[in-house]
Amino acid sequence: MAFERHAKIERNVTILAVLTLITVMIGGLVQITPLFFLENTIEKVEGMRPYTPLELTGRNIYIREGCYTCHSQMIRPFRDEAERFGHYSLAAESMYDHPFQWGSKRTGPDLARVGGRYSDEWHVQHLTAPRKVVPESIMPSYAFLKDKVLDPRDIAAHLKANRTVGVPYSDEQIEHAIADLRAQANPMGDPTDLQRRYPKVQVRDFDGDPSRLTEMDALVAYLQMLGTLVDFDSYVPEQNRR
Amino acid sequence: MTAFLQSGIFLLFALMSLFMIATATQAGFAVHGVIILIASLLAFVTTLGRLKPATNGGWILQDHSNGGYDDAVIKAGLIATVFWGVVGMLVGVVIAAQLSFPVLNLGSEYTSFGRLRPLHTSGVIFAFGGNALIMTSFWVVQRTCRTRLFAPDLAWFVFWGYQLFIVLAATGYVMGITQSREYAEPEWYVDLWLTVVWVAYLAVFVGTIAKRREPHIYVANWFYLAFIITIAMLHIVNNLAVPAGFGPKSYSLFSGVQDALTQWWYGHNAVGFFLTAGFLGMMYYFVPKQANRPVYSYRLSIVHFWSLIFLYIWAGPHHLHYTALPDWAQTLGMVFSIMLWMPSWGGMINGLMTLEGAWDKIRTDPIIRMYVASLAFYGMSTFEGPLMSIRSVNGLSHYTDWTIGHVHSGALGWVGMVSFASIYFLAPRLFGASRVYSLRMINWHFWLAMAGITLYTASMWVAGIMQGLMWREFNAEGYLVYAFAEVVAAMHPYYLIRLLGGVLYLLGAVMMAYNVWMTARGRIRNEAPLDAGQPYNPDQDRPHQDKPLAPVSAGAQPAAAE
Amino acid sequence: MDYNDLRHFADSWGLLFMTLVFIGVMAWAFRPAARKHHEDARMIPFREDEADQ
Repeated sequence: MAFERHAKIERNVTILAVLTLITVMIGGLVQITPLFFLENTIEKVEGMRPYTPLELTGRNIYIREGCYTCHSQMIRPFRDEAERFGHYSLAAESMYDHPFQWGSKRTGPDLARVGGRYSDEWHVQHLTAPRKVVPESIMPSYAFLKDKVLDPRDIAAHLKANRTVGVPYSDEQIEHAIADLRAQANPMGDPTDLQRRYPKVQVRDFDGDPSRLTEMDALVAYLQMLGTLVDFDSYVPEQNRR
Repeated sequence: MTAFLQSGIFLLFALMSLFMIATATQAGFAVHGVIILIASLLAFVTTLGRLKPATNGGWILQDHSNGGYDDAVIKAGLIATVFWGVVGMLVGVVIAAQLSFPVLNLGSEYTSFGRLRPLHTSGVIFAFGGNALIMTSFWVVQRTCRTRLFAPDLAWFVFWGYQLFIVLAATGYVMGITQSREYAEPEWYVDLWLTVVWVAYLAVFVGTIAKRREPHIYVANWFYLAFIITIAMLHIVNNLAVPAGFGPKSYSLFSGVQDALTQWWYGHNAVGFFLTAGFLGMMYYFVPKQANRPVYSYRLSIVHFWSLIFLYIWAGPHHLHYTALPDWAQTLGMVFSIMLWMPSWGGMINGLMTLEGAWDKIRTDPIIRMYVASLAFYGMSTFEGPLMSIRSVNGLSHYTDWTIGHVHSGALGWVGMVSFASIYFLAPRLFGASRVYSLRMINWHFWLAMAGITLYTASMWVAGIMQGLMWREFNAEGYLVYAFAEVVAAMHPYYLIRLLGGVLYLLGAVMMAYNVWMTARGRIRNEAPLDAGQPYNPDQDRPHQDKPLAPVSAGAQPAAAE
Repeated sequence: MDYNDLRHFADSWGLLFMTLVFIGVMAWAFRPAARKHHEDARMIPFREDEADQ
């Protein structure tokens, strides 16, 4: 008698838990899984490539400092946003972003196409003392980035981890990761191999201090390539209705 | 034997942390190794010596329940809730001040807004809210199942394990260890630890329900159960990532558009299941208890439960309107968000109508007043939410401070108030006092919080709409009227008002901390009396012994305190 | 399988399924036989105060 009642009770809490789990799984299954196999989720455009080792390092600094808490990287198809920030963002432009950096708040402006809009010197000054460049700015100072010398030891492991999650880094790119990282910020070297491995790569000293490779180099290199990859001549909106 | 096994596991953890320290190429990873080392050594010593905090926690954790329910772990949870609440809100005030006066970022990497903002959000959501949910769920599941906790040692592991999770997450943010996934910032190894703790939590909760002495599972437990199960699912899927070597940094398994939807499927349901379903469980037990009336409609609560958990999970894409997410997904998110209005208001009505016939308690009982205010804010936020999920409205509100205001009307109004009221309900019962130290101070707390919320939400609402309109304003010649920086400057007065609102809200929380502290010390403030709700009788608040339950006749009501 | 197939499924069988589930849940919650059960369940939080009296 007691045993029967116990069995019944156990079954009830199990049923409740299983029904709950099924109920809360439906929405996610219906919404998320099609994104992985519907062919038109990501537009067909040309120009996208994985980040260079220096850009990836800069991106990780962007993430580490929580830049996404105030800056979006997702331009919406509105007239004012097109005017202010440029062409609306495509899904293809973040196809190698693990994780995405679309953001949710614009305390500061959108950065999806900030690459090439300002000079390196502007970025360095702005990151060092924001209000000297933009008096209304409420951004914190990131002057300390200039004094943090990059430690590129682990970069190959980062490229490998990216390859594991689907970014098409080649063996060659992983093998030369450290050299490529140094080469991108070295205007004196020969960038031919780097340029072959990463088309459209920008090679120069970014932080104004050629003697050292700093976190400022990496962050500015990342900011300067944002939104510069996709060739919009290859984008036909009518063929990418979703 | 089990103690031996347990301490062995903790020793293994200590060795693992040594490996972390030895191989770390980043300072932050080594610091985390040290924290884990200290925690696992403490756990090792405690389990080996069988010095359970339940029996050796000093006066503060002394068991007042007369051998009844397992309340010591709840008492620890109450203290942690109050502590983390004050800390999390203080960080909120600091970052609000930084947005008003950027010099307060201090130029140091450890004190900049970008690193402190996750500290605030995780501090109030997971440290304050999480502890509030865990401790109230342990109270509610024991009382409504009329049995002691299943595996009380495991419940202590959940408590301390969760605090370790909080410390690792918080120190990680300050040192720049983050995944940048909003409300899921901790890195892979902290996520793994939380998964272990969460499975233990599920085991304690389900185990307690399984050995209950009531035939029916009370609806509050349904909500807590849905919260625990769904958070487990969301946490695991959203944090799938591959670490780069053996270091703190990991790369999300998904990228771009899929990653964005996974994150906001998680992010919105952290609101839906952590901040809503869990706290609704709290509401369904404590509001009837404090009002001394059963819940208005039990069948409404069943409909409320199933429709809420089914609909909520679809709402995530409304965070991604007009983005590169395919339109069909945005539309689904919008439609389900609007439908969600109905179950939300069903729940609010169910809570408010519980007071039917006792509305005068809102005037006389400060704890009931807090519950009513929290339900009112629940109703307001769950009306505003569907409104903001309409694509055209979202076009204006997204990326602006309107969203921040909306979140805080829910967080400060609903989550904060329902937690404060439950803390005031539990404090005298846990610490063996006849009532809270001061009911007048609850009154003060209530009005400080209300003033704070009003300033906060009103200023952010105005700021957000203004921001959205200024961004999109064109002049007759077809040029944008405002530069982005001008819009930033225009926000300053509203950020100041928001800061003031936050300070008032924090003051109320500090007052609560003092009130709980004095209650714990057994003090009663000499003051003009207020309605404190039902007197507590510890002799009756016990697990059901092997006596048959007295059948309750249909429609029976407990005597209301008139 | 492409977008249109999914859309047609959602408009027909998906909609029907959800409507049936909704009607099922409502019928289950409001079935007359459950009234006594529900009255009993909503008193659970107060029961601890009664058994020992």
